[in-house]
Amino acid sequence: MKERKILKEYGDVEITLGSTNLKRGFAKMVKHGVVMDVTNPTQAGIAEDAGAVAVMVLDKLPADIRARGGVARMATIQAIKETMETVSIPIMAKCRIGHTMEARLLEEIGVDMIDESEVLTPANEASHVWKWDFTVPFVNGCRDLGEALRRIEEGSAMIRTKGEAGTGNVAEAIRHMRLVNNGIRQVVAAKDNPQELMILAREMKVSYETVLKVAELGRLPVVNFAAGGIATPADAAMMMQMNCDGVFVGSGIYKSEDPEVRAEAIVMAVTHWDNPEKVAEAQSMVSERASMPGLDVSTLDEGKKLQLRGANI
Amino acid sequence: MKERTIGLLGLQGAIEEHEASIKEAGTRLGIEINIRHVLLPEDLDGLDGIIMPGGESTAMIKQGTKSGLLPALRKRLADGFPAFGTCAGAILLAKHVKRDAKSEIREGAFPVIDMTILRNGYGRQKDSFSVPLHIAKVGTDLNAVFIRAPIIEEIHPEVDVLATFDGHPVIVQKDNVLASTFHPELSGNPDVHSYFLKLVG
Repeated sequence: MKERKILKEYGDVEITLGSTNLKRGFAKMVKHGVVMDVTNPTQAGIAEDAGAVAVMVLDKLPADIRARGGVARMATIQAIKETMETVSIPIMAKCRIGHTMEARLLEEIGVDMIDESEVLTPANEASHVWKWDFTVPFVNGCRDLGEALRRIEEGSAMIRTKGEAGTGNVAEAIRHMRLVNNGIRQVVAAKDNPQELMILAREMKVSYETVLKVAELGRLPVVNFAAGGIATPADAAMMMQMNCDGVFVGSGIYKSEDPEVRAEAIVMAVTHWDNPEKVAEAQSMVSERASMPGLDVSTLDEGKKLQLRGANI
Repeated sequence: MKERTIGLLGLQGAIEEHEASIKEAGTRLGIEINIRHVLLPEDLDGLDGIIMPGGESTAMIKQGTKSGLLPALRKRLADGFPAFGTCAGAILLAKHVKRDAKSEIREGAFPVIDMTILRNGYGRQKDSFSVPLHIAKVGTDLNAVFIRAPIIEEIHPEVDVLATFDGHPVIVQKDNVLASTFHPELSGNPDVHSYFLKLVG
């Protein structure tokens, strides 16, 4: 088994830490919720009060990373620790793709989940972090089913769409979720055809067993969130309608002119996504004039697209 | 065939896992289970019992207060409505809640079980654990999964303690209300859900 769990004596019994069930279980507890990007403890407090299920601590919001250029790395440890002391909800933080040591440090300081994220500058062009070696759960981005399953095979406990972070444009998140859903449908349709499953596994560069698992479950074997470009309550509810388990909101909140009320409105839209009256109530809490201006992804050079990072490995 | 309509507090958290467990328990007991996700006060009509899943209690309280569900459910629980809360759900059912070790005791969302519960009592995710647990009254041995779990620090003698771990109650019962600080819905064993269905009657 690839799983690395720790057994510990606890009085006269033995307890298990860091097992796959505990890591995937953590992700299950944030379902139907909103994880919000924050850059300081004050923003984290606002997020908690708005009903966020967790916060993602960053040095700079994705929109600022995009504008500033240069190398984007893990956040300042002191800033992460201060946020951990301020709020009672789980804390997530990002490490660079393939930067096993940044991940190890985030595990060491006790963050609740690590996002191995394309928003930061990739550190290893050959491979992602081998996440089975960690007891802290990881979330990874994907653009289609194959990418999701490759990350799960590396030990990821949760998947999110990549979307196109820092654009305020939900189009890419929708595209990625559509591709994941289409991929799952294709696998499910081949459920009783081992040869077809084998072909799909080879195309996606994953094992037959992993594909078979998806065919049996009819979904990913881990929690699946939407991320990348969500800016309004309607965006968030749209992603929930596409079968997501919850959403990450990055620049959409703190790059708007009404972050407090927008944070609350997005949470409300995720909770009640299936009830148009409630989503309309949430949407009417925010003004479109206050939304982040955003970027049209079709005008972005390929080199500026964060979603391509780490996609082919 | 006997039929029961079970509500799942649908504000946030591991809702679907409970849905699967309660259905499995129903099949085993020969009870047809109708599931309803409870988000609004009117969703409470005609329910035989409710399950409150794990998740973030702060997020649930925020949304439940806004929609008017919390006051409606609180009234219903005061009249003796069968309920089963796990982790965050247990926090919602506790009379006294501590946000963290340093903070003052506050009244819980539905003060049905006279106990003091400390949120994230074992620590952060790195301290999440599982342990084999025997629950005599339920008649089961399961792998109890604790995820950023709360600790029941004090409990009124009239509340039944069904099992303890490290000196603290981890599953408790007051009349037809059941609360566990661990996640039976993640143990792959529907015995606790079967026990709850028997409480529902």
